[in-house]
Amino acid sequence: MKALRFLTLTRGRQRLHWTDVLSYAYLLAGLFVMFAPVLWLVMSSFKTESAIGQFPPSFLPYSQKTVVVQGHDKPLPLFRVAGEGGQTRVLAQVSRIGIMATMVDPAQPDQTVQVNIRERVPVNELKFATSNYTDLFGKFTFGAYLWNSVFITVVATLLTLLFNSMAAFALSKYQFRGQKAVFLLIIATLMIPPTIILVPVFLVINSVSLLNSLWGVILPAVATPTGVFLLRQYMLTIPDELIEAARMDHASEWRIYWRIVLPLSAPALAVLAIFSVMWRWNDFLLPLIVLSKSEFFTLQLALNSFQGELNTQWHYLLAMTVITLLPVTLVFAFLQRYITTGIASAGVK
Amino acid sequence: MSTLELRSIEKSFDQTHVIHGVDLQVAHGEFVVFVGPSGCGKSTLLRMIAGLDAPSRGDLLIDGQRVNEVGAADRGCAMVFQSYALYPHMSVYANMAFGLENAKVPQAEIAQKVSDAAALLRLDTMLQRKPTQLSGGQRQRVAIGRAIVRNPKIFLFDEPLSNLDAELRVSMRAELRELHQRLGATMVYVTHDQVEAMTLADKIVVLRAGRIEQVGTPQALYEAPANVFVAGFIGSPRMNFIPAAIARMATALAARVPAQAQQVGIRPEHWLPAAAEDGLAVLVKGTEYLGAQRLLHGLLADGTRVEVLIEGERAVQAGETMYLTTQPERLHAFDANEQRIAQVTA
Repeated sequence: MKALRFLTLTRGRQRLHWTDVLSYAYLLAGLFVMFAPVLWLVMSSFKTESAIGQFPPSFLPYSQKTVVVQGHDKPLPLFRVAGEGGQTRVLAQVSRIGIMATMVDPAQPDQTVQVNIRERVPVNELKFATSNYTDLFGKFTFGAYLWNSVFITVVATLLTLLFNSMAAFALSKYQFRGQKAVFLLIIATLMIPPTIILVPVFLVINSVSLLNSLWGVILPAVATPTGVFLLRQYMLTIPDELIEAARMDHASEWRIYWRIVLPLSAPALAVLAIFSVMWRWNDFLLPLIVLSKSEFFTLQLALNSFQGELNTQWHYLLAMTVITLLPVTLVFAFLQRYITTGIASAGVK
Repeated sequence: MSTLELRSIEKSFDQTHVIHGVDLQVAHGEFVVFVGPSGCGKSTLLRMIAGLDAPSRGDLLIDGQRVNEVGAADRGCAMVFQSYALYPHMSVYANMAFGLENAKVPQAEIAQKVSDAAALLRLDTMLQRKPTQLSGGQRQRVAIGRAIVRNPKIFLFDEPLSNLDAELRVSMRAELRELHQRLGATMVYVTHDQVEAMTLADKIVVLRAGRIEQVGTPQALYEAPANVFVAGFIGSPRMNFIPAAIARMATALAARVPAQAQQVGIRPEHWLPAAAEDGLAVLVKGTEYLGAQRLLHGLLADGTRVEVLIEGERAVQAGETMYLTTQPERLHAFDANEQRIAQVTA
């Protein structure tokens, strides 16, 4: 109710103010531009293989109706055939040779008729090909890909939070010689594009024999300058007196970190967790060079390998794309409050 | 027993000297108040006692043991911070229990100690609340409770009442005083408010710019301030300082102003009416009626401003000239170095 009221807010009291018209038009256009491709993707992922190739393309997933006819093992596709005298009949197609199709009336399985294919139109019905999704889990090692992706994302995010928050704690709450220099050094690495260090990273991963291991994807990216920066800036706002009070309360440095600083940094940690999940889940380049055996593929790599040179199984590819989008979408939907505050406070994207 | 001793403690941050050699002895069970204007180093001194800052030079002794190298946790001190420094994500109970948990005290004992402290501070009904759900006075009591449960040798208070409103400050002051009597513990208290210092302290330490100006009981400081700074700092309204030459012009006072005196001090509440000829002439510029008393703002012959407290019912109009004197023991004389000149008994 509240959401509806918010969505229909207007500037004009009784009638629409011209700014209302403009802003709603602008918003709708934006919604269309951003959301239509995604919606098209989702709809297409429910189409059968033949429906995807159909021209003209349809928005909703239509597929040809089929019927089981006595004397035939497989269900037969249904067509609407214009007969003599203007009346139309619904017939099932048994076989087709050239431009002539052999058709049968489902009610009278014994009689077949020859029909020119120009005189018939397929009978379509709205049908969601959920098999695109269910097949994924049976047919391919999709489950393994999903697990790989989830494992990398979750473990890497946890490690990122742990290591970055420890670095941020030290940089924000301890006074030591070279503190500024260390911090600047960490921030300076932001200026190095990841592609530049890709080859050195590969060499290091290779020499510690982490190639074709999920840890080879997880470990190189655990310490992120963005994360350290974001957490440090937040931790600077935690009063020093709290830490001094804890110190007087006999707390060890680890306990101060674990029981005082971490819980109080929860908003910043949430932001970093969201970023980390998105980075890891969508990461393509690093897994691509580290993981070459298909049993270690992440979803992103699997998606890529689905696109063959000669043949692409679009219906599976689209279904997989939708599944790949889901986690990030969910993260966004439920934690968007933290994302906006995080971006506002840290100025990072 | 818990005694505290500072031996020529010095502290400097980089090039800035903040504390210049402080010597102080605090006996067991004493309530000592460090008082002074902001920036005088009183908080720094307290933080050094707590172990949060290290002295640059000098020795710090607790119970006769040098503790310079002992960490804050192991000195047996508990500190109440100006901002209370309550852990905002923990309940009142967890706040008070945190220190005990760190010291690996058994859960049952923690529960006992916390509930004892809560009962003492009338916090028993709000143990499950978060600090943000408490009023300023309640937060203050939680901070004190957190100190009490650890049963420290020495309590340290860093301006604990400065965030409270005036009324609450007065009642918390009484509570602190009562608490000190009940616990009998050594307490060191920092404030910039001389009224707090006077009402709470067994012993006041007046600090200025990193040096101790005077140490003594509130009464000693009030009756015999060691120098102009202490004289001006202790007591409200402030003591009047009058150039010695002006004071000598009044025959009633002249004999009591020592030869080497540069200025004399007389507290506003210590003026007495004098016979017209021999008193100090004060031209009344304005009056403030305070109920029981009336505060007069006046000028001396040379333009020096003085304040005079008289009984409330005595009506004095602006523009009147009064002739005032004081009792011999209430005239404070200071030399060229602003130091007190001992009273010569005539």
